[in-house]
Amino acid sequence: MNIRHMQSGQSGTISSINIGGKIGLRLREMGLIPGTEVTVTGRAPLHDPVKLRINGQTLTLRNNEADHIELTTTAESR
Amino acid sequence: MNDPLHISLAGNPNSGKTTLFNHLTGARQHVGNYPGVTVDKKEGTLTHNNHQLNVVDLPGTYSLTAYSVEELVARDYLVNEQPDVVVDIVDASNLERNLYLTCQFLELGVPLVIALNMVDVAEKRGISINTDKLSKLLGVPVIPIVARTGQGVDELIDIVLAVSRESEHPPTLLRYGPDIDQGLSDIVPLIEQNKLLAGIYPSRWTGLKILENDEQILDKAMGEDPTLTQQLIDRSETLTHHLQSTIDAYPEAVIADHRYGFIKSILRQGVVTRIFDTDRLYASDKIDKIVTNRVIGPLIMAAILFGLYSFTFNYSTFFVEWLSSFFEFLSSSADTMLPDGPVKSMIISGVIDGVGGVLGFVPIIMFMFFGIAVLEDSGYLARVAFMMDRIFHFFGLHGSSVMPFIVSGGIAGGCAVPGVMATRTLRSPKERIATLLTVPFMNCGAKLPVLTLLIGAFFSAHQARYMFLATVAAWIVALLAAKFLRMTVLKGESTPFVMELPPYRFPTIRGLLIHTWERTWQYIKKAGTVILGISILLWALMTYPVLPTDRAAEFDTMRQQISASQSTNNAAELLIIDGLEAEAGLRNSIAGRIGIGLESVSRYAGFDWRTNIALVGGFAAKEVIVSTLGTAYSLGEVDPENTTSLTDRLAKDAHWNPVVALSVLAFIMFYAPCFVTVVAIANEAGSWKWAFFSMGFNTLFALIMSIAIYQIGTLLGLG
Repeated sequence: MNIRHMQSGQSGTISSINIGGKIGLRLREMGLIPGTEVTVTGRAPLHDPVKLRINGQTLTLRNNEADHIELTTTAESR
Repeated sequence: MNDPLHISLAGNPNSGKTTLFNHLTGARQHVGNYPGVTVDKKEGTLTHNNHQLNVVDLPGTYSLTAYSVEELVARDYLVNEQPDVVVDIVDASNLERNLYLTCQFLELGVPLVIALNMVDVAEKRGISINTDKLSKLLGVPVIPIVARTGQGVDELIDIVLAVSRESEHPPTLLRYGPDIDQGLSDIVPLIEQNKLLAGIYPSRWTGLKILENDEQILDKAMGEDPTLTQQLIDRSETLTHHLQSTIDAYPEAVIADHRYGFIKSILRQGVVTRIFDTDRLYASDKIDKIVTNRVIGPLIMAAILFGLYSFTFNYSTFFVEWLSSFFEFLSSSADTMLPDGPVKSMIISGVIDGVGGVLGFVPIIMFMFFGIAVLEDSGYLARVAFMMDRIFHFFGLHGSSVMPFIVSGGIAGGCAVPGVMATRTLRSPKERIATLLTVPFMNCGAKLPVLTLLIGAFFSAHQARYMFLATVAAWIVALLAAKFLRMTVLKGESTPFVMELPPYRFPTIRGLLIHTWERTWQYIKKAGTVILGISILLWALMTYPVLPTDRAAEFDTMRQQISASQSTNNAAELLIIDGLEAEAGLRNSIAGRIGIGLESVSRYAGFDWRTNIALVGGFAAKEVIVSTLGTAYSLGEVDPENTTSLTDRLAKDAHWNPVVALSVLAFIMFYAPCFVTVVAIANEAGSWKWAFFSMGFNTLFALIMSIAIYQIGTLLGLG
């Protein structure tokens, strides 16, 4: 499952991050690492960037950056 | 320990680093720049138990890679300046991510003390942290503090003093998995034997950075020993291929994952206890539900930005006017007290107008930075960037570019100087340069009287519509220019947007005042000297050479004839002579000669020498265009606030017509920014290269626009 296709309120666990280099490191530095639970909490007015909740903090990233994050979705709330 | 102790504050953005710095140093701080870059360097002092401490607030970073200026600055400072103690501020409610940076300090082997900040917030969220255990497992002191209230800060400094007395701070050895560890044990001995970058970095750290493909370290190593470095790079590439083919990952990713593994293994040993479930909505999330709502959010944002704008430009008016009347008083005092002559003219037109020009912006800058500090410290600015990013990213900019655009005149009547300075909130280097090069296209307050004059003279039937069109045109041109720059001179991948939306917080008055003052002072200090010089230069251009004595004598003869005649309105006729003499003087000056010389090019856009001189004068400040046009049309000095005589004169002049007016309008909107803005660009971009580029690029662009308008308009017979 990919963040681009997730609904607001949906959660998942990161299974892999398929990019290296600058973006790959930056995602990891911000705490987006395999095994972390992620909840999509909203999107900007024009649907991009996306807002995520991980480890009690709120992160934002563009859809094309989120595309590198692969998740396995758990429960669907709302 | 008589020497002052040097300590550095380091930590993630939003971890409360600046709050602690303000608490420690109060008003005893100043801001400078790190050499060669535009990252703020904040330094301050404090006295604790008769010990003098110098504190440097390093830029907030999540990591110590070579990917961003802030991270490079922090890393180079730690390595080159070797502070006695590094205080790592760690947000207690987000331990895992904050300790990622801590890990890298441990790898580097700096004398470290961890300030575990916001323990009160963490407790409210049901997180309890065993600091003793954390300290034992990491091997460095951990002190719980609350920077906002100062709780635990005294104890923190006690420990800092104690750590400064220790002599040895060996790097901590982290494990990065079998492949990386093997790679390290292959290359580290080579680094040690050949003393590669020895004395600067620990050898294992150099090895790790080579495996991480760190550009800065590779460059330095190449400079010192190319053959050995190539050998190390070959080994590193073998490792990369191996990791790619076996687990489809890059070495730097594997290293990062193992740092997190190290952190997790520590946290699992009973360091963190969750007293109750944290999975609930905090106040910030509730606010965000409304404030970043897809429908209501943009409306609230428009209202807040408009509010900031009105606050900045309406409430500063009083002080701006007070300052300008003060400088008028100075001018008139100088006028009466000094003898006539070049010195008096230079002091009034060069020095007083120049210094007045600089200080005239100060109230606007203070109000604007106060407003921005409120938005920034409260956490709202990050939300603005989040909501606007989609649009600005399309033009190669960043969500955070919106603030500089608005301040510069996105709502007509702003000012590009604080607009350029506001780009400092942008962390992406290319997007930042593109933003600060394009904000001067906006219609600032000084362009408005010029636009009003021309629109009033030639399009008076549709005044409101043309003013609105001018604002829209400015936005379109600025955004397209940004796109153009990002596709040419500033080509390159956009910086990752990944950022944190910090929880909403009430800004502290102390923090707001410190932020406002430090930026204002920086402006006064840096801009003041350069601008004074340019102002005197422009004055000289428009004054010298003076009219030859025989020409001046002709005007005197004319005056005498009038005085001698029995005409009823002698005074008015004398004024006309004064006007004619001023016109002749201006035409004879260097600026006038430049204006005449430029006619060979500018006639394709429909400008004559009078317009050219006015445009040269407009480089001092755009409203000067009006008064210079007045002089060039021998009307004497024209007050920008009252231009009826000039409007009539232009409307009747055979040379002017609506097409010429439109062409001049376009040129004024888009040509070189005023020199105060140019100086601000040089300061913010970190080099004069971009300041000169902006003058050249904008003027060329404006000229092409004007020529197109004039030629097409004339062809269609609209003139």
